[in-house]
Amino acid sequence: MSNLLSVKDLHVTFRTPDRTVHAVNGVSFDVKRGETLGILGESGSGKSVTLRSILKLHPEHRTKWSGSITLEGDEILTMTGRDLANLRGNRVSMIFQEPATAFDPVFTIGQQISETVRRHTGKSHADSMKRAKELLELVRIPSPATRLNAYPHEMSGGMRQRAMIALALSCNPSLLLADEPTTALDATVQIQVLLLIRELQRELDLGVIFVTHDIGVAVEVSDRVGVMYAGKLVELASVEQMVDTPKHPYSRGLLASTVHDGMRGQRLEAIPGAPPDLAEVPAACSFAPRCKFVEPKCLASPPPLNSVGDSHLVRCVVAA
Amino acid sequence: MAIQSPSIDMTPGAAVMATPASASRGYWQSVRRRLRRDPVTVVCGVILLLIVLSALFAPWLGLPDPYKTSMIYRLKPIGTPRFLLGSDELGRDMLARLVYGGRLSLAMGVTPVVCALLIGGSLGITAGFLGGRVNMLIMRVMDVFYAFPSVLLAISLSGAMGAGASNTLLALTLVFIPPICRVSESVTTQVRGFDFVDAAKASGAGTLTVVRVHVLGNVLGPILVYATSLISVATILAAGLSFLGLGVKPPEPEWGLMLSTLRQAIYVNPVLAALPGVMIFITSLCFNLMSDGLRAAMDVKA
Amino acid sequence: MDTIIRPTSRAPERGGPAQPLLLATGLRKHFPIPGGILGRATRVVRAVDDLTLSVAKGETLGVVGESGCGKSTVARLLIRLIKPDLGSVVLDGDPVEEPHGITVSELRRQVQMVFQDSYASLNPRLTIVETIAFAPRAHGLPATEAKDRARDLLAKVGLEPNTFAERYPHELSGGQRQRVNIARALALRPRLVILDEAVSALDKSVEAQVLNMLVDLKEELGLTYLFISHDLNVVQYLSDRVMVMYLGKIVEIGGVEAIYGNPQHPYTRALLSARPSMDPRKRTQEAPIQGDPPNPIDPPSGCRFRTRCPFAEDVCARLEPPLADAGPQAVACHMRVPGSGHSKAA
Repeated sequence: MSNLLSVKDLHVTFRTPDRTVHAVNGVSFDVKRGETLGILGESGSGKSVTLRSILKLHPEHRTKWSGSITLEGDEILTMTGRDLANLRGNRVSMIFQEPATAFDPVFTIGQQISETVRRHTGKSHADSMKRAKELLELVRIPSPATRLNAYPHEMSGGMRQRAMIALALSCNPSLLLADEPTTALDATVQIQVLLLIRELQRELDLGVIFVTHDIGVAVEVSDRVGVMYAGKLVELASVEQMVDTPKHPYSRGLLASTVHDGMRGQRLEAIPGAPPDLAEVPAACSFAPRCKFVEPKCLASPPPLNSVGDSHLVRCVVAA
Repeated sequence: MAIQSPSIDMTPGAAVMATPASASRGYWQSVRRRLRRDPVTVVCGVILLLIVLSALFAPWLGLPDPYKTSMIYRLKPIGTPRFLLGSDELGRDMLARLVYGGRLSLAMGVTPVVCALLIGGSLGITAGFLGGRVNMLIMRVMDVFYAFPSVLLAISLSGAMGAGASNTLLALTLVFIPPICRVSESVTTQVRGFDFVDAAKASGAGTLTVVRVHVLGNVLGPILVYATSLISVATILAAGLSFLGLGVKPPEPEWGLMLSTLRQAIYVNPVLAALPGVMIFITSLCFNLMSDGLRAAMDVKA
Repeated sequence: MDTIIRPTSRAPERGGPAQPLLLATGLRKHFPIPGGILGRATRVVRAVDDLTLSVAKGETLGVVGESGCGKSTVARLLIRLIKPDLGSVVLDGDPVEEPHGITVSELRRQVQMVFQDSYASLNPRLTIVETIAFAPRAHGLPATEAKDRARDLLAKVGLEPNTFAERYPHELSGGQRQRVNIARALALRPRLVILDEAVSALDKSVEAQVLNMLVDLKEELGLTYLFISHDLNVVQYLSDRVMVMYLGKIVEIGGVEAIYGNPQHPYTRALLSARPSMDPRKRTQEAPIQGDPPNPIDPPSGCRFRTRCPFAEDVCARLEPPLADAGPQAVACHMRVPGSGHSKAA
């Protein structure tokens, strides 16, 4: 199967008068149609920046991109104007953590979804409303006909998140980007939305990139998982490989420090220290200062991404 | 209980967490650093400083007497020997009158704002911190004052109380209490919502201590910035009142009054007639730009 | 040293180990929603309704529930940041704000709280050491001693005093700020610390550091914790007993093994099985319950969970189930009350 999206050696740098932030430092991965790639990382790891770069959502004048992002062969980083609008509207959709900000509070859900449908397909008002109703059905919103006339604030958090997914699917994208879409939701609602995304991905044969900080969430939705640290992908593997045999010390630390069933009474294996400042391009392994397996060669140069088995990549000279 | 002993088994790497300390910068230090990088604010501050200093030290600057009239040297253009910036309709030296005029004009701009800051600020902080009925009472009273446009309110108050500098000050103070009160109230309400205020209350400290340590420090900055922007309004309003004959009485040098008395000369020597206006313009512009710059510099988010 | 500085030494142990450290009875808090003409409140949010709980000396009581269940309101009621409409709080035998009882100020000396938002809970204008020293100063400790104590506490929470004491909150990472918040809460040498989502905003690796530290501090200082969180795994890790809340009510309370190993209330079961799986081969196949938690403004009649409960029957809408003993835990469900009229009742 050919790649839907291909990211190669992506670098993203933000410049403000005060400082420069090297948010992403050479990230490469592919996503196929019908596949969900989970990107796991903590705050400041560059996971959201990577995701948003796929739509070039960062302010142009302050952001420097390099490398390449291609969607079905078309280069995204050089797109401007109409091409970019077409990309954002018709080919790639994004859902966010906070659904409240994705909707305009003065229009009903139906008006906003049908507006998007009309703009992208040129359908009549009645047809686009019908399509909006189908979309609400697709995301399993109960009594969709009445929900069309609801304002965003009249819906609960879970319903709004479903409506946002409906809006994102309104123009039949081939790639869905999800930026922590369940983080703000309650536990019983989060699992509903996760299952919905999993089902829709299968039904519509979507490529999905799902960014999260929660390992459990990544395990529920992903086929493959990438772990990011300090703007780099430190490990990329199938979800089974990642859970069973994580190789990178950071991935292992992350799994060990995540509290789950049956850890009561044990001391948690916390990763000491805190992530590095991203003011400079790292000259060595970024994780070395927190790593308990650190060796002199870790500090000599940035480690390459090595293969350690069946499509299992690790950026570590000690583990590989 | 041995809370003093620092020797316990810390969590792994807890000691490593101490990232190399660059000398810690205080809040005001970072504000100063950011101000230094903002040339507009610095230039405005320097201009204002020059105006204020020259007004303060006017008697020692070796200027001619600003009250001395001369029938021969009336409305001389700028650059006339002995009259560097020309002379007015009564032959008085313009430069001296502009410099001396700054004393009254600045006082009329700054004094009412300072008074209003003390009264409106305390009312607003009280309303914001206590909330509930107290807030309702204070803010509704302020709303009554808000119902009148500030210019109209100032004119009618001065008109009712009669012309003169002290009445103008009183009128302007009254005009500026409501806006300052409202800004103080909203900033305080916002700060009161932060957890650190709850944490301070939960420590069992008294209300006054909580306000002094945790609220004042966080609200004074924004309130002062807002008050700075009002100084320019006050300067213009005071000049306007003088212009209308409701403020300072002649022959006192005051920019608004000078603008008023020179307006007959506008066809004879328009540049001369505009000079007091230029001073009002520069002063209020500088106050405005400086308050903008301060606001930007004091906005710590990074 | 403690005996010399009376105002900020730790309150002595009283009443013996069997007497609950904190006992709250019949707590109720309804927040009026301003609306209509003249701001007259027409509706109320029933945040906490007739809630009774006790915290034993030296234990960690975990409180779980979804947004709107009232768990944060409970914390604020216990420390009197908000006044309850009804109900009483008794601290180690002393009723609060009652004749022959103790004052709110005394309560707050013995009960302290750590908030979720590590940034909003630190005054940006104060240095770290000033923030920690504030409470002892307010209770009359001389400035130098308060500072010394603050520096000792910084060391205790794993922040090198010489490096961190004079820093400002914005110069610290989230985990470091939360350590400062914990140090601040310990500055008055409290007996009970309420941790309101204290680790929820932290990254996982940092969360583990802070959890380890909380365990150490509890043991070293003989603390009692009330640990409020939406994260069931963290609550399980830390708690001795667990209280599950739903729309302002306790639905189930009991020992951590009983609650996690043999949950009785349908809501507890749903919450537990809504946790994402950590095993890709055993992914969740079906959501345990549908829909969102209802709005606490108009909670359902009878059992408040009945609108989402797969076992709801007529009786659930008519009658409010009492919190009754069911083996090692107490459960508020008609299915556990013999003769309640529910078809599944024993």
